[in-house]
Amino acid sequence: MTAAGPDPDVPAIRIERLHKSFGTLEVLRGIDFQVDAGEVVCVIGPSGSGKSTLLRCVNLLEVPTAGRVLIEGVDITDPECDADAVRTQIGMVFQHFNLFPHLDVLGNLTIAQRRVLKRPKDEAGTVAAEVLARVGLTDKIKEYPARLSGGQQQRVAIARALAMHPDMMLFDEATSALDPELVGEVLDVMRRLASEGMTMMVVTHEMEFARRVADRIVFMDEGVVVEEGPPARVLDDPREERTRTFLSAVAQH
Amino acid sequence: MYAITAVVVAAVIVTADWATLQRVFLDPEIAAESFPGIITIAAKNTLIFTVLGFTGGLVLGLFLALMRLSSITPYRWFAATYVEVFRGIPAVVTLLLVGFVLPIALDVRIPGTYGPGSVGLAIVAAAYMAETIRGGIEAVPRGQVEASRSLGMSGPQTTFWIVIPQAFRIMLPPLTNELVLLLKDTALVALVLGSTAATVDIYKFARNEVADTFNGTPLVVAAFVYLLITLPLTYLARWLERRGNQSR
Ligand SMILES: Nc1ncnc2c1ncn2[C@@H]1O[C@H](COP(=O)(O)OP(=O)(O)O)[C@@H](O)[C@H]1O
Ligand SMILES: [Mg+2]
Repeated sequence: MTAAGPDPDVPAIRIERLHKSFGTLEVLRGIDFQVDAGEVVCVIGPSGSGKSTLLRCVNLLEVPTAGRVLIEGVDITDPECDADAVRTQIGMVFQHFNLFPHLDVLGNLTIAQRRVLKRPKDEAGTVAAEVLARVGLTDKIKEYPARLSGGQQQRVAIARALAMHPDMMLFDEATSALDPELVGEVLDVMRRLASEGMTMMVVTHEMEFARRVADRIVFMDEGVVVEEGPPARVLDDPREERTRTFLSAVAQH
Repeated sequence: MYAITAVVVAAVIVTADWATLQRVFLDPEIAAESFPGIITIAAKNTLIFTVLGFTGGLVLGLFLALMRLSSITPYRWFAATYVEVFRGIPAVVTLLLVGFVLPIALDVRIPGTYGPGSVGLAIVAAAYMAETIRGGIEAVPRGQVEASRSLGMSGPQTTFWIVIPQAFRIMLPPLTNELVLLLKDTALVALVLGSTAATVDIYKFARNEVADTFNGTPLVVAAFVYLLITLPLTYLARWLERRGNQSR
């Protein structure tokens, strides 16, 4: 990983024969796929199919049982690899926001900049103001998370990840915990990020978002990638029976 | 229950020798003699022992809690044994161990006039606080750790900057209660380890006055001074608890 930033010729994320078991439960059963630099990939699939686990293996919140994960060409499953250094390159957004409730928005946005990147206080503050403006919450810099709406909290969580200037972003059902009327503001921020060229791996149930924003859709079921391709192809003309079953179940809602 | 209490209270009121009681326990002139020493010397020393014991107990208790939660088995065993032993034996015994057994057995002499007493109190307090701190740390949601690690913060950085500050808020009410218990235990220090004119605490000060005056009034004064300190702390703990429940 060089200071020069991502190399467009090396895939941002490359996953090879990935397996993950919890005890005797095999959750990921041999996953192969990759995300290129600047690409937006949406991962869809039924609940319990292993989408979150896959995402969490990408930044080593879960340690794979077998197989390799390469981030910008570096094998992070190598025990020699410095997981903390890798994680600074990968922003992650969680379903339940996970903002730090004891810190105000500024504190949330600066703590890792200061402690990990060792940015001086005023530089970290400048970066914080910058990313907060990108999610449209400049006036909330002094608020505590408890006083923000769910949508605002999630936008702050996105800003917190962006403040580290990551090369790629992972989203795990970023809008699933939100009241319906707050989903839009978060999806807008994600759409804008995508249009700015951010590399994104997005687990989502928002099919319209996936259709319009994704370069590629991956459908997962029971720990394997069942089918993948351009949004229109996967959503309108699925080749696999399991994909059809899932899509018609989602369309019921 | 209330009926029994009422009968007892009535019996006491009827049979008590009020004149004698007042002379032995509530003599205003003797009470006045306790001042200002009971505040300027004795209460000050009680607070010094409390603060030293509490601070020491907090630091030691934090280490024990982290050991108890560690993935390294010997650490967990050590912390668990420590907690069981020092919660299981009376504080008086621990003070004796620190003050007399330790110097003879291991030639360890804790320096400072407040040293041995404070260390003894800290050892006892740590056993209780370790469990409180562990409970607080376990109450911080896992997602907090994951968010912190995903930003590149290391395990120790996450513990220090994210988990402990949040655990501390959860722990504040029980820790305040433990502070009150510790404050009362400071009376044992002079009892077990002795004291000088400079380190005398509220309880010992009152005992000295009782010996000088052949009157129980100084003990009543001492009880008042203890309450003066512990009651606000108890209310603080209750207030913190209520505020904590509201923000959840
Ligand atoms: N830490 C864990 N321990 C045990 N089982 C887990 C753990 N995390 C996830 N699982 C199981 O793995 C399966 C896949 O979970 P997950 O990756 O969260 O699926 P999805 O995100 O697609 O809903 C589920 O059956 C879940 O119960
Ligand atoms: Mg999930």
